[in-house]
Amino acid sequence: MFSNLPLLSLVIWTPIIGGMLVLATGSKNSIEAKVLALLVSLATLALSIPLYTQFDASLASMQFEELMPWISSFHINYHVGVDGISMPLILLTTFMTVIVIIAGWEVITYKVAQYMAAFLILEGLMIGTFAAMDAMLFYVFWEALLIPMFVVIGIWGGPNRVYATIKFFLYTFLGSVFMLISLLYMYMHAAELNGAGTFNIQELQKLPLELTPQILIFLSFLLAFAVKVPMWPVHTWLPDAHVEAPTGGSVILAAIMLKLGGYGFLRFSLPITPDASMTLDWLVILLSLIAIVYIGFVALVQADMKKLIAYSSISHMGFVTLGFFLMWKITENTGSASGIVLGLEGGMVQMISHGFISGAMFLSVGVLYDRMHSRMIKDYGGVVNTMPAFATFAVFFAMANAGLPGTSGFVGEFMVIMAAFKANFCYAFLAAITLILGAAYTLWMIKRVVFGPIANENVENLEDMNGREFFMMLVLAIAVLVVGLYPAPLLEVMHASIDNLVLQMGTKIPALP
Amino acid sequence: MFENYSDSQVYLAIVLAPLIGSIIAGVFNAYISRAVAHTVTILGVGISFVLAVFVFKYFAFDDAQIYNETVYTWLVSDGIRFEIGFLVDNLTSMMLVVVSFVSLMVHLYTIGYMSDDPGYKRFFSYISLFTFSMYMLVMSNNFLQLFFGWEAVGLVSYLLIGFYYKKESAIFANMKAFLVNRVGDFGFILGIAGVLMVFNTLDYAEVFAAANSQANLTIELIPGEQWSMMTVICILLFIGAMGKSAQVPLHVWLPDSMEGPTPISALIHAATMVTAGIFMVTRMSPLFELSETALSFILVIGAVTALFMGFLGIIQNDIKRVVAYSTLSQLGYMTVALGASAYSAAVFHLMTHAFFKALLFLAAGSVIIGMHHVQDIRQMGGLKKYMPITYWTSLLGTLALIGFPGFSGFYSKDSIIEAVHASTIPGSTFAYYAVLAGVFVTALYSLRMFFIVFHGEERMDHHTKEHLKESPWVVTVPLVLLAIPSVIIGGMTITSVLYGDYFANVVFVQQAHDVLGHLGKSYHGPLSMILHGIMSAPFFLMAAGIATAWYLYMKNPELPGKIKNSFGLFYDILDNKYGFDAFNEKVIAGGTRGLGHIFSKFGDIMIIDGIIVNGSAKSVAWFSSVIRHVQTGYLYHYAFVMILGLIGLLALVVY
Repeated sequence: MFSNLPLLSLVIWTPIIGGMLVLATGSKNSIEAKVLALLVSLATLALSIPLYTQFDASLASMQFEELMPWISSFHINYHVGVDGISMPLILLTTFMTVIVIIAGWEVITYKVAQYMAAFLILEGLMIGTFAAMDAMLFYVFWEALLIPMFVVIGIWGGPNRVYATIKFFLYTFLGSVFMLISLLYMYMHAAELNGAGTFNIQELQKLPLELTPQILIFLSFLLAFAVKVPMWPVHTWLPDAHVEAPTGGSVILAAIMLKLGGYGFLRFSLPITPDASMTLDWLVILLSLIAIVYIGFVALVQADMKKLIAYSSISHMGFVTLGFFLMWKITENTGSASGIVLGLEGGMVQMISHGFISGAMFLSVGVLYDRMHSRMIKDYGGVVNTMPAFATFAVFFAMANAGLPGTSGFVGEFMVIMAAFKANFCYAFLAAITLILGAAYTLWMIKRVVFGPIANENVENLEDMNGREFFMMLVLAIAVLVVGLYPAPLLEVMHASIDNLVLQMGTKIPALP
Repeated sequence: MFENYSDSQVYLAIVLAPLIGSIIAGVFNAYISRAVAHTVTILGVGISFVLAVFVFKYFAFDDAQIYNETVYTWLVSDGIRFEIGFLVDNLTSMMLVVVSFVSLMVHLYTIGYMSDDPGYKRFFSYISLFTFSMYMLVMSNNFLQLFFGWEAVGLVSYLLIGFYYKKESAIFANMKAFLVNRVGDFGFILGIAGVLMVFNTLDYAEVFAAANSQANLTIELIPGEQWSMMTVICILLFIGAMGKSAQVPLHVWLPDSMEGPTPISALIHAATMVTAGIFMVTRMSPLFELSETALSFILVIGAVTALFMGFLGIIQNDIKRVVAYSTLSQLGYMTVALGASAYSAAVFHLMTHAFFKALLFLAAGSVIIGMHHVQDIRQMGGLKKYMPITYWTSLLGTLALIGFPGFSGFYSKDSIIEAVHASTIPGSTFAYYAVLAGVFVTALYSLRMFFIVFHGEERMDHHTKEHLKESPWVVTVPLVLLAIPSVIIGGMTITSVLYGDYFANVVFVQQAHDVLGHLGKSYHGPLSMILHGIMSAPFFLMAAGIATAWYLYMKNPELPGKIKNSFGLFYDILDNKYGFDAFNEKVIAGGTRGLGHIFSKFGDIMIIDGIIVNGSAKSVAWFSSVIRHVQTGYLYHYAFVMILGLIGLLALVVY
């Protein structure tokens, strides 16, 4: 009965318009703002569910597609649609936003309406980025979402928030400027070839490009996406941003915004510049492996819980980029295409799983921070004695972060390691080190924070989680378990789109049957 | 098996019964009484035990067909199906009985042992969860689920070693155990990846069927070096086994795991979980048979563990640690059997060891209860008259452990020694002398502890002595029930397990490696084995061990102190456990942290942030401070620049 509704636009614009309405309630009636924000986020979640239930997993093409001219003189269209790659990410966004609204419920007391509005608008912009099928529309969403995030960290952030926001903004902005230049170049190139320029992503994917421009385009994309992921060595903005961001900001940053980078590789880099991807795959693989191993070591010695989890995020995102760029080395090594899809889908699953787990980890730190106003590991110890329910969840999510089978954290890592072995033993060897390092930094933190005798008076006076906090943790724990125990449904929606991606690159992958 | 239920329902019930018990006791912890918690968990494990016995009968006596079915498809990617499924055959059914029986005994025992503990319900939830995880491990029909069970038992072990979470030593030990196991798992998952690369499936049956045809594959680990793929895969998988089954040098976590409550030392760190590696290699015999290099590696690692961990048992004074080092040594024996291709002998020893080692641990726990949680054997002595049931059951367990002719351990251990003797795999000579010497060591440390604890002078304080009495029936009944198989199971089953066809459909041995088949030719039943046994080297070594222990600790108790003083260097080496812990703490852990600090301080903070990021920010700031002079704010300056620009543009157009 809803088949005629522009569902995707509703999912994009409901939170944005809802966010404006929340802003209009003003900061005096904070309860109204909160209730309205919650309702908007729930409505968005409800609207996004048909994207899954009515999704035809057998199709590789774009679904729920909408096309309207926007700036016709430059052939820029309001063109949105989803496939098996973007749909799970959109659902992750609508799901996590509800969690974030609930997370800010009692905690945020300063400019509540603005806080809630920022997250709702951010949600719409992020969904827009995932859904955009027009490169210029993508770019507009991509840049626009920096603003609410900038505001969230800048207003509700910690003492060093100005440094962090500027670093965050400059990094991401610097990255994306080059992407804009590449998009403009391709528009001109298409105009030369076909008589009319285009920003249609699917058209750009078909655009024939020489190797040299491909490499330049690839590098500019790489810069934009690598900053977002973030990949070594352009990662140092993330720990700073996390440390200063309020809990909700950290959750959205880790759970969704980092995924934009991973998504960009699948939507732009691989299909638009396949030859350059093939030529430079070693670079991405190298940076990914450095992220997994080097950052794992760095995470181990962090004294600040949020920094530790931020570094852990970078390390885990290394699996995403590694999985995406294994395909040429796999065919080179084994002479067969088997393992390519495993790597790509493993990277996708890792993104979804990391959304849940990192979100939950940052929420856990938030629960502690709200009580103790400290993120430093040394200020804690023996939290289990006073907060047993919290400790249970903390240990659970720590295990998920360490990639324990049965949790979602295992699925992606497992798939990528399997694919990496096919490409090169050394890749798998280095990637698998995360089994040790990931467990080491996570469990060592748990040992110092959660276990042991009560460390000090503050810990002694801690109160366990309230119903609201318990609810958030429970919902995320269920998500982590469901994906961990039965990932098949998540994978099924991706197959057609991932197969299509491989097919698109087919001629560019030697030895592909 | 049962008329109205399909086999798959029965197997699901075995797995789910303890899981449901665990969930009830764990999730509804706050809403149920202690009695409800132990009732539901014991009921769950009890049901699975009864069913396991039927399954065992079904396979051992009714010649059931191997059951190999999928429960559900975990995920499909790249056309590869990753599944959760059960493989039940003679090996699985034996493991099920062993695990469920020991688990049931431990559940009962816990009622008595943990009666004063505030974590009572939590404990029951954990041990039932462990039982579930162990079932998943042994019933798996593929590598993926094996890894699930593998890590799940590791998780429960982590939770239980750190059960007393306020104790600094306990929470250090549980992290250490998890991390050392993760080092093993690191190898294990790479091994699994290798299997997937070669066979493109993780299903046991498909992999084993195709194994022979892939025997000659090679892989380039480092450029220019070709290795046999099967050797690489087998060694990687075995590294996983070294973690779980605590083989040198990944053994360091097991002695520390004694920080956990005694019932789990019996269940997890002696009888079941630590034997997972032995089980796994046996299951993978079609792969391991293809690589003599890997077998040789296993043989040597096992022999080193069997002998050198035994030595450490001699100088321990904590009652649980003596038993823990004994466990390490016995796991070494099993590993040696694997290396000698005597897989059946390894599993046979796994089974007998499960009973008598669980018995010894629970008996040690009974002593600890009697001694009001004193674990130092130097403060015990003469307990025989206070704790008669514990005494007699301990004696039976000890005799089984040292391989006294006729007891269960005799059959399994002598078979291993004979098998290694007959083996021709490189390293087998060394392994033979190691396991032979191990017999003397085993008898020495076992009887040393036995004499010090139960005989001689009563060294406990007055208060403890007053309250010293036999443990309650929930403790002693499991002891008695475990003592029975410790004595008789070996003689009862050896004929069919080792020399019959019990494992015919499970274990694959190449003709050239078939040492058990060779021994079978001169095997004439358990009684003749005893007769032969009392005239062979192991028996004399065992007797010498008993005599030495008796002389040193009963007859002349001053002597050990003098020996210790005159052989200070050797004592220090043993006391420092060959320096493994110090090396790991200083070099491995310290090095890792040091590397982390270097990467963090120099890599991230100094170079990336300090020089590149903030450096470019500073140069931008400098550049803009120069440029700033251009922005004067005077309209006529701007107008002047605009006119200049216009002229420039015009000039371009004109030329």
